[in-house]
Amino acid sequence: MSDVFVITEHLQGILTETSFELLAMARGIAGSGKVTAGLVGSGVGDLASQLGGADAIVVVDDPAFEVFNPEGHARVFAALVDESQAPVVLVPYTSMGMDVASDLAARSGMPLVSFCTSVGAEGALGATCRLYAGKIEADIEVDGERAIFAVLAGSTPAEQGRSGGAAIVETVSSPVDAGSLSVTCLGVTLPAGGDVDITSQDVLVVVGRGIESKDNIEEAQELADALGGAVAASRPIIDQGWLPKSRQVGKSGLTVKPKVYLTLGVSGAPEHIEGMKDAGTIISVNTDPQAPIFGVAHYGWVGDIFDILPELVEKLEAG
Amino acid sequence: MDSVVLLRPVPDPVEELELNDDGDDLDRDYLGYVLNEFDDHALEEALLLKEKGGGTVTVFGIGSADEMEQILYAALAKGADEAFKLGDQLEHMSVASQAELVISALQDRSYDLILTGVQASDELDGQLGVWVAAKLGLPHVSVVVGVTGSAGSVKVTKEFWGGITADYEVRPPAVLGIQAAEQAPRYVAVSLIRQAQQEGSLTQLDLEAPSDSSGVRITAVRLPETGGGAEMITGDESEAAERIIEIIRGAGV
Amino acid sequence: MSSSLLVAAREGVAGRETFLNFGSGETLAFYLLALLATLIFFSGFLFRIRKYARGRRRKFDWRRLGPAVAEIASQRTVAKRDRAVGLAHFFVFWGFIVLLAATATIAIDDDVIKRFLGRPDLQFWKGAFYQGYSLIVDVFGIGFIAGLIYLGRRRRKPPAKLGYERVDRAKGTYDRSGYAIDDRMFLRVLLVIAISGFLLEGFRIAATDFPDFEIFSIGGWVVALGASLVGTDWAETIRIVLWWAHAGASLAFIAFIPYSKAMHMAIDIVNLAVTDPDSARSLPPPAPTPSLERPLAFFTWKELLDFDACTKCGRCHEACPARATGAPLSPRDLILDLRELADANAGIDLWYGPGADPRDSTGEIVGGYITTETLWACTTCMACVEACPVGIEHVSLIVQMRRRLVETGEVEPGLQTAFQSLARAGNSFGKSAKQRPRWTRELDFEIKDVRTEPVDYLWFLGDHASFDPRAAEVSAAVARLLERAGVDFGILYEAERNSGNDVRRAGEEGLFEMLKEQNLTALESASYQQIVTTDPHSLNTLRYEYGLENAVIHYTELLDRLVAEGHFGPGSITGVATYHDPCYLGRYQEEFDAPRRLISATGLQLIEMGRCRENSFCCGAGGGRIWMDDSGLDERPSENRIREAVALGNEVGYFVVACPKDMVMYSDAVKTTGHEGRLQVVDIAQLLERSLMEVSVG
Repeated sequence: MSDVFVITEHLQGILTETSFELLAMARGIAGSGKVTAGLVGSGVGDLASQLGGADAIVVVDDPAFEVFNPEGHARVFAALVDESQAPVVLVPYTSMGMDVASDLAARSGMPLVSFCTSVGAEGALGATCRLYAGKIEADIEVDGERAIFAVLAGSTPAEQGRSGGAAIVETVSSPVDAGSLSVTCLGVTLPAGGDVDITSQDVLVVVGRGIESKDNIEEAQELADALGGAVAASRPIIDQGWLPKSRQVGKSGLTVKPKVYLTLGVSGAPEHIEGMKDAGTIISVNTDPQAPIFGVAHYGWVGDIFDILPELVEKLEAG
Repeated sequence: MDSVVLLRPVPDPVEELELNDDGDDLDRDYLGYVLNEFDDHALEEALLLKEKGGGTVTVFGIGSADEMEQILYAALAKGADEAFKLGDQLEHMSVASQAELVISALQDRSYDLILTGVQASDELDGQLGVWVAAKLGLPHVSVVVGVTGSAGSVKVTKEFWGGITADYEVRPPAVLGIQAAEQAPRYVAVSLIRQAQQEGSLTQLDLEAPSDSSGVRITAVRLPETGGGAEMITGDESEAAERIIEIIRGAGV
Repeated sequence: MSSSLLVAAREGVAGRETFLNFGSGETLAFYLLALLATLIFFSGFLFRIRKYARGRRRKFDWRRLGPAVAEIASQRTVAKRDRAVGLAHFFVFWGFIVLLAATATIAIDDDVIKRFLGRPDLQFWKGAFYQGYSLIVDVFGIGFIAGLIYLGRRRRKPPAKLGYERVDRAKGTYDRSGYAIDDRMFLRVLLVIAISGFLLEGFRIAATDFPDFEIFSIGGWVVALGASLVGTDWAETIRIVLWWAHAGASLAFIAFIPYSKAMHMAIDIVNLAVTDPDSARSLPPPAPTPSLERPLAFFTWKELLDFDACTKCGRCHEACPARATGAPLSPRDLILDLRELADANAGIDLWYGPGADPRDSTGEIVGGYITTETLWACTTCMACVEACPVGIEHVSLIVQMRRRLVETGEVEPGLQTAFQSLARAGNSFGKSAKQRPRWTRELDFEIKDVRTEPVDYLWFLGDHASFDPRAAEVSAAVARLLERAGVDFGILYEAERNSGNDVRRAGEEGLFEMLKEQNLTALESASYQQIVTTDPHSLNTLRYEYGLENAVIHYTELLDRLVAEGHFGPGSITGVATYHDPCYLGRYQEEFDAPRRLISATGLQLIEMGRCRENSFCCGAGGGRIWMDDSGLDERPSENRIREAVALGNEVGYFVVACPKDMVMYSDAVKTTGHEGRLQVVDIAQLLERSLMEVSVG
């Protein structure tokens, strides 16, 4: 039963999924203890109202922090954590969290554990984490009563973090003088419009030679639309000019790590596998039971992609 | 612009990792190490800055891996001006200790930027770059994908996610955690590395070994579960489609 | 072919006077002109020789002289794969030699013996000698003209390889019309000399009233029959005019030689004699760093000679798989570019060189004047070297320039990944060295570890045969065949490293040296009688660049031996196959027959593709190309090859390979060309194993 302080993050007016995941995790750790969410930004009142998963929210609302400031946010959060004295601090191990967690540890003297997938506060503080690019799982013990945990995205389902009642919102003035910062934000750049970025998709429907013709790619696109994902392809499809190069997965294309990687008629040449082997869940459909793709896939079905494609689309649209 | 680049060897990601008998660490006897790929990008970025605007590039090699000398000679062959070995006497250190070591090596040295990889696969207690910055009270930016500017003012691009980036102006001296250099790290011919080796200009810095202040201990390690081949779905296309949708939903989409 | 005159005839002795009816002024004029032409000739060659002297030293092998003389005399290299051109060139070559010798004979007789030594009594160019001489000269002269006419007519509707369109540059950014003029000029000047010689001879015979012995000048005699129609006096006048025309054309030609295509007559004889036919097999040591002040010092004198030796015959251009598939490389254009560069640096030029070139010939050569894209396009298949009739060594030249690219860090991205993996783990697959023997897991027997057990055959697989799943299946088939035949063999397990053949050809000399050291250390720890390789590329490097020579054989050679010894009975697979000669087994090692015997042993009928044996067409994988991006090509060389096999007809069901890289390239290419069901890509070992199974089942 420890109090937990959660560092939340947002970009372009949207709280990240990881923020909610951390709130869910915090609730599990805290039990009846208090979960406090730290929120730093400009005009973030609306965001605070979404953080019902916490018991209390400390908000620093300052135009200087409209966009994440690596130096500024780290210093503000350090002050908030210091104020809160919660024994457990959860930081997302993300682009923003990376500028906060270690800074916090160095300033506060609290131990820090990175790459966490779970955090425990029963008895001694500890965590489970994924080291060496996920190849090793390690159990960690922490000295002392307080610690910071940098948690990997996707460690806990976010749902629980979204639910909950109205938290107490406490707005404090910025403990950091923005004028003293050596880092100034010049502006945010959104990705150039144009083709889909397959590396940032949660779901990829990936077509291989088995798709047979350019026209059939439309069917795969329908499935991708139904799943809220995008269509990617193996090299032969790109070579045929059926899809742009930006959709190519593999050695000479892009390396992707979506949550779901559904292959249709991809045989699984080594060059292809190189670009997708770290995907979360790999599901493969191929007519050839010996296709090497089944060696790397988590789930496989042997059969004709043109039989299953309409079934998938139909069932998804129906329910 | 004068840069200091922090280079760390990490276990070769292509190697299959094996555990020691006590089950609390890797079996490091036969483990091969390579330069942390993000550090390689940090070095590339520093070299690009030097090529564009002059200045120097100094590299610090941190740790005790046998491969360290090769890594530093390669950096010299690529165009680094000076190379130093730090903490060669220490087995794998915590990041907090590495930061201590770097800070003592930086004493009496002037620099505009400290560059290092945004992360390394074995950084259990945080990221070296941010640690060093916070301990020295310097500004830091992590996940940097672009650096321009001069010794007076540096403009960096930080990447968030989904292709969204932000530009920052940073007053040096500062620490940058590099995600990707503006171009892929250059290739350096083996013959040039050998040449650098013959010239032998590595300096070993004998610094006082810091005590481990991380407060973090590994108690057990194991290999995560991975499926051995696919679980085959049976049934006709309708049944299979249902099962696939179930799996997709279960994957948190 | 000087003209002649007939004083001796009146004395009843066959012969003629060179300067018949000439005053001393005219004779002097001729000698002055001859002196001038000779001076221009020598100064031109002096310039060229001084250019070669700026190149680096390179040894040549005197033992090459014998074969070179045979090649030159037989014109075998010219006749290769183009008999008509070979024959025409044979007539022109020998015609020219004989006519040159004929002129020299007159010079010795007239200028040396008579004028210089003052011993007319020793003159021999008369009587029976004169008659034999006349006959030989006329016969060869007629052949000379016939050859020239054939070659000239061929250029009216020239084959594509004689065109000067470049593959690496847009039309309008270069001008090579000068080369076409140079080609035509050369043929025409020779033709003018030859025809004027016969006319002169004819009018002389007519003017001297048909002396009997001149019947031996058969060509001239025929002309004389016509010439006699103008009467003796007119014939004599015309003869004088023709004499000067013939002499003038000849002297002009002499002066023209070092500044035109004609220089190949002298240079190519030397080039063939000093060429190293093995320079692609065993690459030379790296060139020094090029300097902008002395750019030619980057090249050896032989390379500079190569640039001048090119006759623009276009055979390399036609044979090159990079050029054929739309890559920006033509071996011919590369050589001509470098000739233009070297000439510009040496301050000489052809009379009809190419037109203005906007490129800067004073900057960096490698990666500048010669682009990186051009240099990376080469597959080192050696088709250009094999096709070249004059001994130009394109492959080693390209590798030298690639070495410079690697040194300056201008490495193609795919290649860089491969290099890094090779430096780290000794293989290009980015895999741990420990995974190298993983393919053996599917065998139901254990392969000996040569590091601990002595064996007869040490099997060196190469990267693809170990790591690529398709090629590893072949390795398993080879292992089972060897086991079945009771062969005592073993492998190096994780101690094997990439042999470095492709690494070296991609220009990474230091990495090659490193891999070679590692492999040699591993080999030293092993006890074996012979090495057998799966990969022909490794075969080449182990043989030629590790210095292991005959201690290394290819697995097809070993299997062939086993079949001959009766270990595997004749198979009975029915069907028709075609066989792809791997560049590094065929052209490089000249092993063409063992694989073919093996195919026959399986029972299959073998049909050859048009491009086979020495003329085999590269799959596109060699020289490090397998690691590089090939998406910019019009088609892949492997696809081009599969289409060739498919065009053989529907009955051809097997595309047989004997190289792991071929297995990879062609497995892909049958799919991308849509012939997957139609043509089966299969290794010889797999076929052999299948034939045994069918026998034992049947």
